[in-house]
Amino acid sequence: MSISVNGQATRPAARPGDERISLGQGIRDSLVVTRRNLLRMLRIPEVVVFGLIQPIMFVVLFSYVFGGSITLPGAGNDPDAYRAFLMGGIFAQTVTFATAGSSAGIAEDMQKGIIDRFRSLPMARGAVLTGRTFADLVQTAAILLVLALVALAVGWRIHDGLPKALAAFGILLLFGYAFTWIGALIGLSVRSPEAATSGGLVWLFPLTFVSNAFVPSENMPGWLQPVAEWNPFSATVLAVRDLFGNLPPNSPTPDAWPMQHPVLASLIWSAVIIAVFRTLAVRKYKRATA
Amino acid sequence: MPGAIHAEGLVKTFGDVRALDGVDIDVPEGSVLGLLGPNGAGKTTAVRVLTTLLQPDSGHAEVAGVNVLTHPNEVRRLIGLSGQFAAVDDLLTGRENLQMVGQLYQLSSRDAKRRAKELLERFNLAEAADRTAKTYSGGMRRRLDLAAALVISPPVMFMDEPTTGLDPVNRLQLWDVIRELVAGGTTLLLTTQYLEEADHLADTIAVVDRGKVIARGTSDQLKTQTGGDVVEVVVHDRERIDEAEEVLRRLGDGDPTLVAHTRKLSVPAAGGAKLLAEVIRELDGRGIEIDDIGLRRPTLDDVFVSLTGHAVEEEAAGGAGTPADAVTEDAAAEDAAAEKESDQ
Repeated sequence: MSISVNGQATRPAARPGDERISLGQGIRDSLVVTRRNLLRMLRIPEVVVFGLIQPIMFVVLFSYVFGGSITLPGAGNDPDAYRAFLMGGIFAQTVTFATAGSSAGIAEDMQKGIIDRFRSLPMARGAVLTGRTFADLVQTAAILLVLALVALAVGWRIHDGLPKALAAFGILLLFGYAFTWIGALIGLSVRSPEAATSGGLVWLFPLTFVSNAFVPSENMPGWLQPVAEWNPFSATVLAVRDLFGNLPPNSPTPDAWPMQHPVLASLIWSAVIIAVFRTLAVRKYKRATA
Repeated sequence: MPGAIHAEGLVKTFGDVRALDGVDIDVPEGSVLGLLGPNGAGKTTAVRVLTTLLQPDSGHAEVAGVNVLTHPNEVRRLIGLSGQFAAVDDLLTGRENLQMVGQLYQLSSRDAKRRAKELLERFNLAEAADRTAKTYSGGMRRRLDLAAALVISPPVMFMDEPTTGLDPVNRLQLWDVIRELVAGGTTLLLTTQYLEEADHLADTIAVVDRGKVIARGTSDQLKTQTGGDVVEVVVHDRERIDEAEEVLRRLGDGDPTLVAHTRKLSVPAAGGAKLLAEVIRELDGRGIEIDDIGLRRPTLDDVFVSLTGHAVEEEAAGGAGTPADAVTEDAAAEDAAAEKESDQ
């Protein structure tokens, strides 16, 4: 006990009247929180492992159970064609499931004393949320990598070259990142991490199933087709399929605008989701902490 | 000149509960104010307002001359907060916790590392530095939390029930740390429901009950306000209590009171030690055997009862009176208020 508590003042100089926090500090604070969340994820690897098991299970179940019975326009009942078709859907569904992780993580933080620590520190207000979404993005990227390897093992292939494939992964990560902001808002709105986990997931099932992810929208009842085609999820799935070259050669493209311009539509959807949900989440965080 | 912590007319309501009902606080630089009161008295709410965590409905607050309401971020650069729930990340090691806090206090990552190392040594956590906080004992977590509050050696510190739930050994250790801190010139606002703690650590005490400061002064002033010394006698033979009571009535400065089951008689003693000697002589002369005798200063317990008309634990209790119970109530009140807010 030789070093004085007050020794070696490391106190940063207070700048009078300086209330605004610079963008640089905001990014730095966010990265500090990102590191914290990544360390947490490493300490409970089960979460990441379960995050992997589900999409792998979906790959196996859908390709072997449904594979022969789902008719693809332009390719008939060919199970190999369906497997290639399916992967875009699984990839997109997997990145959106990061929502549950971010909502549970943020709900847990809000419930614990650590949030008071953060709130009493001179840090950027949005950094707690941004740091969490960054960490989720890293986790999603890791899961996506493993999933791609599994997909390659069951026969999925990239047909249009690496640059387009990388663009597809970029679109997937951006879309997944956008969804973690929906998760952040859910995490701030519920009372417990348990509620956040289910609240982060239940709406994802209809969202991902009423889309072209597992079944071509052409196979759906007429009234449901426009819903599926305008579903933000469908644009991402189609964009990814297109960039991977996973569409059957003669498959028709629905007339809806997002289906005609899937890459652009996916980017717009992601940008809109981030803009809206980030604003709402940060505002809610500030209000909850005011 | 206003003190390093200065608040006027703080009001905060949660639904129907007036958690703060016009609280004034002034803590001169370098001194310690003990905010003493039962659970639910408003102590935690006061700390949360002063540390920028909670917006008061009305009132004015300054920390180190900076307006808490208009310049919260500047205030955050000047304060350290240690709460009743250790605000540490369970899944991070002690070292990672302190480095993270250092960086968020805007230290460079090198400084944050160095400071973390210093503090871990200072708080006897060096050996456990690279274990996750989850594996720490209650006392260790509390020390880590306090270390986190001291990362930048803040000029103004807030400690919300720093020793609640700690065993006596850990409590005494923490008291030592707090004393050292104050000796170094830190201004400290400390809340406690332990009268003994306020007595030991605080320069001045503000007694809080139901959102109001109902008395303030040094521990001695508060005790004097309540009354002077008391002579206490424990009589050995139950049969001779009446006789002893007569002696005390004659010699003492008021009516004696008897706690029958402990055979303890007390009488106000304005004469202090002189009276004590007289009582001993007289009882001895009559051959009344005594088990114990002493001159007792009134405790803060007595102060609290005389000020509020109820014991400290009473309000917290509703029976068991564990801190956790009352905290849940507090949290429930805040939740309810937050809900109301979001409904609007």
